[in-house]
Amino acid sequence: MNDRRGVTTGGLSLVLVVGLTAAAFAALITTATGHGSDAGLMTVYTARVVRFTLLQAVASMLLSVGPGMLVARALARRVAFPGRRLVLRLFALPLALPAIVAILGVVEIWGRQGLVNHAAEALGLAPVVDIYGLTGILIAHVFFNLPLAARLFLGALERVPGESWRLAAQLGFDGRASWRLIEWPVLKSQLPAVAGLVFMLCIASFTVVLTLGGGPRATTIEVAIYQALRFDFDPGLAVRLALMQLVLTGALVFAGVRMTQPLEVGASLDRRVPRPDGAALGARLSDAVAIALALLLTLPVFAAILVSGLVAPLTHLASDAGVWWAGATSLAIASSAAVLSIALAWPLAEMASSGRRASAKRLLRGLGRGAELASSLVLVMPPVVLGAGWFVLLLAVPGGRNMGFAVVIAINALMATPFVTRVLAPAVNDNRARHDRLCAGLGITGLARLRLIDWPVLARPLSVAGAFALALSLGDLGAIALFGNEHLVTLPLLLLQRLGSYRVDDAAGLALILGGLCMAIMTLAEQAARRDSVH
Amino acid sequence: MRKLSLFLILIALMSLPARATETLTIYTYDSFVADWGPGPKVKQAFEAECGCKVQFVGITDGVAILNRLKLEGAKATADLVLGLDQNLIAEAESTGLFVPNGIDTSNIKLPIAWTDKVFVPYDYGDFAVVYDSDKMKTPPASLDELVNGDPAQKIVLEDPRTSTPGLGFLLWMKAVYGDKAGDAWRKLSKRVLTVTPGWSEAYGLFTKGEAPMVLSYTTSPAYHVMEEKTDRYKAASFKEGEYLQVEVAGLLASSQHKDLARKFLSFMTGPTFQDLIPTTNWMFPAGKTSKPLPDAFQHLVKPTVTLMLAPEEVAKNRKAWIAEWLDAMSK
Repeated sequence: MNDRRGVTTGGLSLVLVVGLTAAAFAALITTATGHGSDAGLMTVYTARVVRFTLLQAVASMLLSVGPGMLVARALARRVAFPGRRLVLRLFALPLALPAIVAILGVVEIWGRQGLVNHAAEALGLAPVVDIYGLTGILIAHVFFNLPLAARLFLGALERVPGESWRLAAQLGFDGRASWRLIEWPVLKSQLPAVAGLVFMLCIASFTVVLTLGGGPRATTIEVAIYQALRFDFDPGLAVRLALMQLVLTGALVFAGVRMTQPLEVGASLDRRVPRPDGAALGARLSDAVAIALALLLTLPVFAAILVSGLVAPLTHLASDAGVWWAGATSLAIASSAAVLSIALAWPLAEMASSGRRASAKRLLRGLGRGAELASSLVLVMPPVVLGAGWFVLLLAVPGGRNMGFAVVIAINALMATPFVTRVLAPAVNDNRARHDRLCAGLGITGLARLRLIDWPVLARPLSVAGAFALALSLGDLGAIALFGNEHLVTLPLLLLQRLGSYRVDDAAGLALILGGLCMAIMTLAEQAARRDSVH
Repeated sequence: MRKLSLFLILIALMSLPARATETLTIYTYDSFVADWGPGPKVKQAFEAECGCKVQFVGITDGVAILNRLKLEGAKATADLVLGLDQNLIAEAESTGLFVPNGIDTSNIKLPIAWTDKVFVPYDYGDFAVVYDSDKMKTPPASLDELVNGDPAQKIVLEDPRTSTPGLGFLLWMKAVYGDKAGDAWRKLSKRVLTVTPGWSEAYGLFTKGEAPMVLSYTTSPAYHVMEEKTDRYKAASFKEGEYLQVEVAGLLASSQHKDLARKFLSFMTGPTFQDLIPTTNWMFPAGKTSKPLPDAFQHLVKPTVTLMLAPEEVAKNRKAWIAEWLDAMSK
């Protein structure tokens, strides 16, 4: 009974996610016929671009994911230090920052005239960092992705049942034993999904790579696709480049999805138990170092953005109706996109979980696998292709041009599903494993189950997933740049427009407002979740 | 209830005459329609004159406007396009979507002769290397000095594949160095801090102090003087001359309001429109203004030579020249 409903909603989500993604690609292919292209695909330059794209993405991924695990472990062990909640919220914030804002923040710290080099100069040393080149790209990518990876891993560690820690305490596990027998298996189960996400975010990176790359030596395939679509208006070449990127990255990401095995969880009372490990001096020290390093990477950049924002003419901005209107538009788009994204990803996660059960029929198994791959399909599709494809589609629809608002929400929701899935899927899986039998035994189904079991258990992961989706949509510039118009302006678009007409101070103020707005909504969502959560 | 229906009927009656007036739809770039751009004032002034409605559709920039037209073809809702630059017009005309403007353009005064029958210029500017006079006491006096100068003194450039100023500078180099542009780029590359996707990123890095020079416009210092009261940022004057950018508007063949559109184009070359250009679009007016230019504009660098390659030549060679640039800069 429950399964059938799960298949209906899951199947619908699957059709929507795959359909929306594939339709964009197909639309672009249709446009391509008729605009023939003689440009060669595999030139020496393209080969170099491919090599650089992969090199920077793999390096950024390793530097974000490895340390991200250690930071997550430190945060999981230190549950009570002051400001912990603020730190967790700040870790989702980079997603909401338009790339140019983060870049200018990074430059204030690490640039030629940045804090670090100034400090070195004051000490009579030569400049220590030159960020224009691979170094800068890596610093910026790690700024974006290490906090993301840490939060995703932390979510995994927090799902370890209290019984495990009680057992560990009884058996006298030390830090190393806890790592080997409890933490590493959990982290390992999430590793391919998190690594795949970070890898693809770096593959699709555009502004960071060009601005900090130091010249056209540093170029990604995404830049070439953008150029093909924009300056050369050659959709055919864009499609071929996108296909090349799909093949290169798809193989890696899909392999990762196949490797992702949900952890078998036993029954649990779902009670939080204080962890027995981490009291030793060495553990305290290493945790302090891990957290301090993560903060050292992120906080100064946030501080730079905050300081630039505070010297901005904030009262002038606050009296500008355009700013309020853009803020309201951003809020409406981002919150709708977050809700829609969860509405798409949750049923997918349920269906994937059903498909993995031993008793699942063949059809359900297939659907489950499909659900798992669907969100990865979104991930490997270059964002510029998604946007341009949808743009072409809407031109063909009568009245399509007036659907900008809805389309921006839909694209943002779609782009957020890979993030939402990574938070929700493991939580849904645990919930099913722990409560399915109980619910079946007591005959709790449908809405009653949602209200009594699923909602309280999933409230926390839902709020985390929602926070990611919200931050991502708040910071979006891809979809809004294509579908925005004088009546549809969001904060990042307004920020970019001001930056494009010398109004650097206004832009800094808007960045602060954007960040503040993001933090405020995340706080509200978290509080609502904490009220309802069983934890 | 009755009051409500009466009210609704009144509303309906009031909206009738509004529906009967013509609406002129204009595709333009975002910053033209921004609060501080010329758009709002242009709309107000022209609506008062024509008894019609003006609707601006803001699209990222000139390149995006042209792409939008290529996608939409004859289905475009616009009557006019305002905001292409001269490097895009050959491509725009080859789409067959535009018709000759058919207006009197004798008001137009540019540093070069304008012969195109389709597009009407409304403003122009010159690309220039803008420098920070606090950090750089002796700026390069020629493009050659820029190319061969001290590699420790950096410049931020824009990517010619993704930005208009980037393409402008590529053409500037080509106009000065011709066949030897590749060599010049190779030398210059040592002075290039980074190549950004657009003007905003480059100018942002420049004002953060990351490099003492950036590729921008001769008019950039006027903004800092008038809005920020500082003359710290100056444009360098190059012996070889500066490269020209002309912004134009054109009439679409699919327009249902061609007479009104032509009226707008004529209005555009007149003083009401042209007076707005310097301090809202930060460019030089292409037509007569009713008052002299603001003081800050009088002190800007005036190119000794105005450089510009023919639009057809640019359209034909752009890909090859970008390939040459890529090759030289990727070494």
